[in-house]
Amino acid sequence: MKILVCLGNVPDTTTKIRFDGEMKNLATEGVQWVINPWDELALTRALEIKEGSGGKIEKVSVVNVGKADAEPTIRKALAIGADDAYRIDADPSDAYFIAAQIAEVVKNNNFEIIFAGKESSDFNGSAVGSMLAEFLDIPSVSAVSAFDFPDGKVVLKRDIDGGKETIGIDTPFVTIVQKGISINPRIPAMRGIMMARTKPINVSQPVAVDTLVEYETFELPEAKAECKMVDPENTDALVDLLHNEAKVI
Amino acid sequence: MDFELTEEQLMMKQAARDFAERELLPDVIERDAEARFPVRQVKMLAELGFFGISVDPQYGGSGMDALSYVLALEEIAKIDSATAVILAVHNSLVAYGIETYGNEDQKQKFLPELASGNKIGAFLLSEPEAGSDATSQKTTAEDKGDYYLLNGTKNWITSADNAGIYLVIAQTDPDKKHKGINAFIVDRHSEGISLGPHEEKMGMRSSDTHSVMFTDVKVPKENRIGEDGFGFKFAMKLLDGGRIGIAAQAIGIAGGAFDRAVQYSKERKAFGTEIANHQAVAFKLADMAVKLENGRNLVYKCATLKDQKKDFSTLSAMAKQYCADSAMEITTEAVQIHGGYGYVKEYHVERLMREAKVTQIYEGTSEIQKIVISRSLLKD
Repeated sequence: MKILVCLGNVPDTTTKIRFDGEMKNLATEGVQWVINPWDELALTRALEIKEGSGGKIEKVSVVNVGKADAEPTIRKALAIGADDAYRIDADPSDAYFIAAQIAEVVKNNNFEIIFAGKESSDFNGSAVGSMLAEFLDIPSVSAVSAFDFPDGKVVLKRDIDGGKETIGIDTPFVTIVQKGISINPRIPAMRGIMMARTKPINVSQPVAVDTLVEYETFELPEAKAECKMVDPENTDALVDLLHNEAKVI
Repeated sequence: MDFELTEEQLMMKQAARDFAERELLPDVIERDAEARFPVRQVKMLAELGFFGISVDPQYGGSGMDALSYVLALEEIAKIDSATAVILAVHNSLVAYGIETYGNEDQKQKFLPELASGNKIGAFLLSEPEAGSDATSQKTTAEDKGDYYLLNGTKNWITSADNAGIYLVIAQTDPDKKHKGINAFIVDRHSEGISLGPHEEKMGMRSSDTHSVMFTDVKVPKENRIGEDGFGFKFAMKLLDGGRIGIAAQAIGIAGGAFDRAVQYSKERKAFGTEIANHQAVAFKLADMAVKLENGRNLVYKCATLKDQKKDFSTLSAMAKQYCADSAMEITTEAVQIHGGYGYVKEYHVERLMREAKVTQIYEGTSEIQKIVISRSLLKD
């Protein structure tokens, strides 16, 4: 059985986000790119499952839709322990496009378990995992916070309103994972870093997909307002500010 | 001249930073206060390959270059230099020493244990009356035919209790002075080895430091490194490289204090504005940044020369002296910028200042480095 982990290449979460003059494109100068944090947790869990599967999981691969400048991020995934990688040589323009490209990789390589993080930390679309399952006509399970693989059977826990549900599922399927899937992303071992360049990155050209999305403009959030200090004895002033200015009570 | 780090070096640096922030930072203040060895973290570092960073993969190491090693030490020292010194002594002195100067049997026997971190290495050179003057070794290694018999006391031994492998420098033939000195690989649990009490140090408190007493300790002849009398030259060669590690550690300590000073000065307000807007503070930060940059460039250049197999002996003395003295200055200023908060443990900079001090002392004091530098300048 083979696992595929979808990998987004996103700006480091501490990046100060800026857009170009017309607010149409992200200004990428000085941006440090990292594995999308949810995908990194997914990869960590996928590797743990492989290691504990007694050989039932033969390999864990990663897939990224991106240009060559995404390869350092892909190689980090290889350093962490992924066996090989697929890169579709195209700008990851929107979720539909990305899902269509990844679907081709799944179909051509017979992956049976596909991990997707619940969202990317840049566009927060939460769409690729579900779209991918639709393209492949296979089930998807969302909000998965635990993935176990006892005796070669998949057991998932997903968060539901007020609690958790446990489900069993047959392969193939897409699992859309969130908080809890693993505690911390795995830190690459030194040997892994040295081995990363020896592992294959299979680069392919994108399949033709209709362009369904066009970005008009982006807006940055408003700057934080100045903090107002209130005398702790003066509760009337505090209530007045909360009611009339902040409008929260 | 290319100042760019490779993808592997950047990944290594990030891995060390992630580890330090996630695993060392949460309990660094408590371990320092309680002088508690980082047992859990050392095990994790071993699993990640930090105990054989530069060791050849054929002996179980990771085979990374010296610059990667320096970057790792720097990142770890930013958070917890006590853990960095455990790694520095193990990698720069013991593993490097055996790999570079040991014979094939010694490498096969000891390097896999060291590189995997199953056994930590300790380097035993200093004595109660032989610190900077390493030629005055009183510890004796009497040649008994099949074995050597070790007797004497070593001082200030990093990881003395937690180590599994000792690299011991001792005098075999006092008549030959420093040419009678040998180096030996010694099992820490050999009969006749006893430890003095845990030293209560100013800083680096969670690394364990002891004196080590040898009483009729038998060391197999095959555990001697190099030809008879090679020990002093061996120790000096190791310290040339060891200085790079300590310089990296010092600049890491300085960088940790600097980062905290920058952050604090952008948050703390006085006289109606963040203190970073006061020129008195801003100029301190500028001075600190220049020293950091200079120090890093010296250390990285040394590591690059080492990787290129070029001579780095004088430059590593420069790096050690400059980085250690700068670390002391930068951490002191970081405390000053923090004001009263800098004087309490919660803000870390007082600990970093205590840790910086010893980098001016161990593996060759700043004064000894100046002797090395000036002698190299003035020799014919």
